[in-house]
Amino acid sequence: MVSKSECMNTIEFTALIFLGSMLAGFLGALTGLGGGVILTPLLTLAFGVDLRYAIGATLVSVIATSSGAAAAYVREGLSNIRIGMFLEIATTLGAVGGASLALHLPTGAIGVIFGIVLLGSAYASRRGGRWQSAEAGPPDRLATLLKMNSCFPTLEGPKCYQVQGVPGGFSLMFLAGIISGLLGIGSGAMKVIAMDQVMRIPFKVSTTTSNFMIGVTAAASAGIYLQRGYIDPGLAMPVMLGVLAGSFLGARLLPRATSKELRLVFGITVALLGLEMMYHGLTGRI
Amino acid sequence: MAENSTAWSDVQTEAVIGSLLRLGVLLAASVVLLGGSVYLIRHGTSMPEYHAFQGEPTDLRTISGIVHDALRFEGRGIIQLGLLFLIGTPVARVVFSIIAFALERDKLYVVVTLIVLAVLIFSLAGGHF
Repeated sequence: MVSKSECMNTIEFTALIFLGSMLAGFLGALTGLGGGVILTPLLTLAFGVDLRYAIGATLVSVIATSSGAAAAYVREGLSNIRIGMFLEIATTLGAVGGASLALHLPTGAIGVIFGIVLLGSAYASRRGGRWQSAEAGPPDRLATLLKMNSCFPTLEGPKCYQVQGVPGGFSLMFLAGIISGLLGIGSGAMKVIAMDQVMRIPFKVSTTTSNFMIGVTAAASAGIYLQRGYIDPGLAMPVMLGVLAGSFLGARLLPRATSKELRLVFGITVALLGLEMMYHGLTGRI
Repeated sequence: MAENSTAWSDVQTEAVIGSLLRLGVLLAASVVLLGGSVYLIRHGTSMPEYHAFQGEPTDLRTISGIVHDALRFEGRGIIQLGLLFLIGTPVARVVFSIIAFALERDKLYVVVTLIVLAVLIFSLAGGHF
């Protein structure tokens, strides 16, 4: 694709990137998928930005939105900081591995993997918040040892849960970390699946704890990307500020938005972007 | 919630972590905005070049180089300093968690959190195996 930036000066380019990032952050917050998953395709496919710069800028915006949103959730006492911290061992190690892998893989291959992850995200978003949360089982020895069982406030008073499947959840978190480090996204959907489906943590606790973890996971790969020159200030500036503004607006609108149709539209968009990323990766245009 | 009545509880930890994260993002965004303004005022009419990857110059890749550029009031250096604050926010959260778990006398989680911090420091130090 011919870069549109060839006929734009920096102010115009920055303004367009800011608006695009704001839209991505806005939709990401409304659908709960995060803006990162559509930002990198937007930057590479529509603006002709090199995949490595796009990944670097997106990664930075992921830290910003995760930290901003986590601040609110942590205060509500919904996220479980012990579960989060223990699983962060897996996600940070995975992220360092993923970022190191990204330095050696050709961009075409990263584009194809990105496409596959986008298709997976689109599928996951179809089910959205309607995942059937598994029934709580008997106490698990490892989870008890790690003090993971806890309670969270609901309208009907505190609700308690027993965590299961720690090794399985830990392994899946390692994979989520690799993908996060490799592609510069938060991989929140995968983190939620690991906690909600494998570890049987209530959905609300899973989503808020996932959000809490994304920032630390992304910081683990950001160091490597920064040192390798993937993070360009001129590009990261409008991306970060745009995503922050967009997700702030999205979170404000969230209670009033009917997110079912929006989720569908977003899911289809993500799937189409996934196919296009795969096509560009396979034909060597990324 | 842990129902032990020690001086320091999970609820307090969560409150401090929440403020810490908010403050970090606010500080980072302000610095990036300042740097962005300087950058656009000085270089706004030049042509951006992002479709071919060259990698950042070395002074924008290391902490000392970024601080040096920012002190010289260079737009790109100031933005990069803001991004460093942003990356530092989750790191600060992890450091604070170590202190909080120590105050709760939770040795197991002091160790867990130290491992996470070690991985983060390894990454920020360049991630060489």
